[in-house]
Amino acid sequence: MQELLTQLITGFGLPAWLSFFLWAVVLYGMVAVVGQVAVVFMVLMERKVLAWLTQRKGPNRVGPWGTLQTVADGVKLLFKESIVGPGQDWFLFTMGPVIFFAPSFVLYALIPFTDRLVGITMPLGLLFVFALSSLSVVGIVLSGWASNNKYSLLGGMRSASQAISYEIPLVLSALGVAVAAGSLDLKTIVEAQNQGPFGLFSWYWLSILPVSFVIFHIASIAEVNRIPFDLPEAESELVSGYNTEYSGMKFAMFFLAEYASLFAMSALVVVLFFGGYYSPVGGLMLERFAGVHDNTLLGLEMVTWTVLKTYFFIFFAMIIRGTLPRLKPDQLMAFSWKFLIPLSLLNVFLVAALKMAWMTDGMLLTAGPFTFNLTYWITYGLTGLMTFIVLVGFGQLFGHKQPPLPGLSAAGP
Amino acid sequence: MSMATEQPTQSLPQGVYLEKDIDAGELTVNIGPQHPSTHGVLRLITTIDGEVVRDIEPVIGYLHRSKEKMAESRSLFQYQPTIDRVEYLSAFFDHYVFVTSLEQIAGLKVPKRMQYVRMITMELNRIASHLLWFGTFLLDLGATSPMFYAFRDREKIFSLFEQLTGARMMYNYYRFGGANADMPEGWLEGALDFCDDFEQRIDEYEAIVTKNPIFLDRTVGVGVVDAETLIAHGVTGPTLRGSGVALDQRKDNPYCCYDEVTFDVPVGQNGDCYDRYLVRMAEMRESLKIIRQAVRQIPGGDTADLMRRRAEGDEAANDIELQIAGQKINLLTYKAPPGEVMTTVESPRGFLGCYLITDGTPKAYRCKWRGASFSNLTVLPLLMKGRLFPDLMAIFGSIDVILPEVDR
Repeated sequence: MQELLTQLITGFGLPAWLSFFLWAVVLYGMVAVVGQVAVVFMVLMERKVLAWLTQRKGPNRVGPWGTLQTVADGVKLLFKESIVGPGQDWFLFTMGPVIFFAPSFVLYALIPFTDRLVGITMPLGLLFVFALSSLSVVGIVLSGWASNNKYSLLGGMRSASQAISYEIPLVLSALGVAVAAGSLDLKTIVEAQNQGPFGLFSWYWLSILPVSFVIFHIASIAEVNRIPFDLPEAESELVSGYNTEYSGMKFAMFFLAEYASLFAMSALVVVLFFGGYYSPVGGLMLERFAGVHDNTLLGLEMVTWTVLKTYFFIFFAMIIRGTLPRLKPDQLMAFSWKFLIPLSLLNVFLVAALKMAWMTDGMLLTAGPFTFNLTYWITYGLTGLMTFIVLVGFGQLFGHKQPPLPGLSAAGP
Repeated sequence: MSMATEQPTQSLPQGVYLEKDIDAGELTVNIGPQHPSTHGVLRLITTIDGEVVRDIEPVIGYLHRSKEKMAESRSLFQYQPTIDRVEYLSAFFDHYVFVTSLEQIAGLKVPKRMQYVRMITMELNRIASHLLWFGTFLLDLGATSPMFYAFRDREKIFSLFEQLTGARMMYNYYRFGGANADMPEGWLEGALDFCDDFEQRIDEYEAIVTKNPIFLDRTVGVGVVDAETLIAHGVTGPTLRGSGVALDQRKDNPYCCYDEVTFDVPVGQNGDCYDRYLVRMAEMRESLKIIRQAVRQIPGGDTADLMRRRAEGDEAANDIELQIAGQKINLLTYKAPPGEVMTTVESPRGFLGCYLITDGTPKAYRCKWRGASFSNLTVLPLLMKGRLFPDLMAIFGSIDVILPEVDR
């Protein structure tokens, strides 16, 4: 498509470098449209899922089954006055939502929906994803400060500390993926997971990186500020946190960007750990069972798998939101620094050892006709042990202080 | 505590407060009177250092409606419908304590049947109030779903009340010497149905919440307070019982027919938010016990039976104990004899008292309300010193303050 644009530009007698900039605009426009549609759907989905969890019906008045509810809300927000109060830094106050908004939509461009449908292909894609997702925190801190509101300020501060704490385990657990796949390119990572005939079981979440997957998923929920990690906008304490003072479209930008980054993070989980655009039975179903080799059809299947898997994780995040209370900031920090970060560091070493065992021969043990790779099995055992620690330790870490239940005593004369 | 008097002057440039506070290292955050989790219009002037609360000063009076002065300016019967609003989450208790005060002064006898009706309605109301507390407490901790579940069950209680009194929250049902009307036919069965249903529901809630690791983390060891401090502050109700003191008016000073039913008084051990939660959950179960026994023991049984017996000419069915009121009084001309009495009941929040002085006129000479929430709120600054900012909501939620009762 970029070539087409370049031809068009040069055909009009305009300089070729213009097409480079125009392409950026066109690309971002496309990504934004796709992203907006996804967000509009997700907002409705979240409301329906939460309604289902709490025995309600959810939006059901605007359009059939309330499908136009989000559109109506968007239109309402669009027409509302965007108030900038006295004492608020107009420039920073406006830039806050923009800085928060832009990176979360650019993330869409990096997700490989199929092997061809990638907005931006870059060898350091994974690194760029983290660079972008940490950029959005700047927007929160900025708007927290520029709001001239103490709740917003506290929300911004919390957001900064939370981002620092949870991006480390996020990156460290993704480092394991990079080590295992031998690349930072998201497409290569997806392709690397399509090894062997097992499909679902050869993806990284189970085959070699179960600990990474658990840590990454927890940290990604923290990264997108959702319950139980929604401290920056803890509505029972900080009213609405960093976006307390925002109204109209500026507020809508926060709202949209939150869901956009939820989608992007879920898609990233899928790409890194759940085989990206490949089907759960390994390879592509159309190709394997129907013998289809048409690129368009295969591309459609790939998009379907990516989107389905992504929405599974979005759905999971929504169920978590309907189930769990919120953590306190100190518990949030303690959980990251005392549990997730040491564990993810250890995990990186283990994955590296596992990789070494695969790449080199490792310690080979020959017993009769069979040859065992000792390094492989030892690291595999250790990974299994760590998975156990994660799953059991998660409960133990929180549950160990439980006191005895109060005794019921019949009192009175 | 101070009443709301001063407002920040408008002449100061905006933003000055923020910068000045940051330079001092401490930040004064004005929580409320409009805030999602102050449960009404409480204002908390909070001094925080980072996330640590250094000082907290509750400011009350935003919901003051002169309930006590109103008693002196209108007749007792004109005053009665307005006292639902003293504490709107458990209005039956307000009514009971006011009506009982006058009954004691005037020596009016309440039929046994109506006493049982009062007991059943009050216990249902206690469950409704605790349910709202359950929902909002969890909401304060960040869990959104329990609120909806709690409201669903509260709705069932309200529809029962609606059948009985015609109103869902402001009942105005009790009368001096009895009640407004007898129960509708089949109402007791509806109450029993609710008990059966709710018993399963409360198990469900406890399964989700009580052992939730994040919930434990937020509540266990938070807001720990010993019984002596609470007693010194005049704190009563589940908040006191959470610290291990089995002080319950229903046991210690049985009013109504509480001496004719058996129930336990659940007490906590550690005096933290978690124990206060457990006590309230256990109290809902005890209330169910009381309702079941009361429905079984109520003289006359279901209204349909009673009506049938009366139609058949059964003399026993016309007994004074089965009437709606023990003594017919003319509401328009009634003058209570001079007298002075203090009545307390165990409301969902603690001791609810009414100190009533009559002087032989249709009006009350003085009517003083003793709200449990007011005394319970006094302990908040003590509990909050040095705690984290998010603990404020957990602690404030766990002592279950309702602002209309604080301000009256």
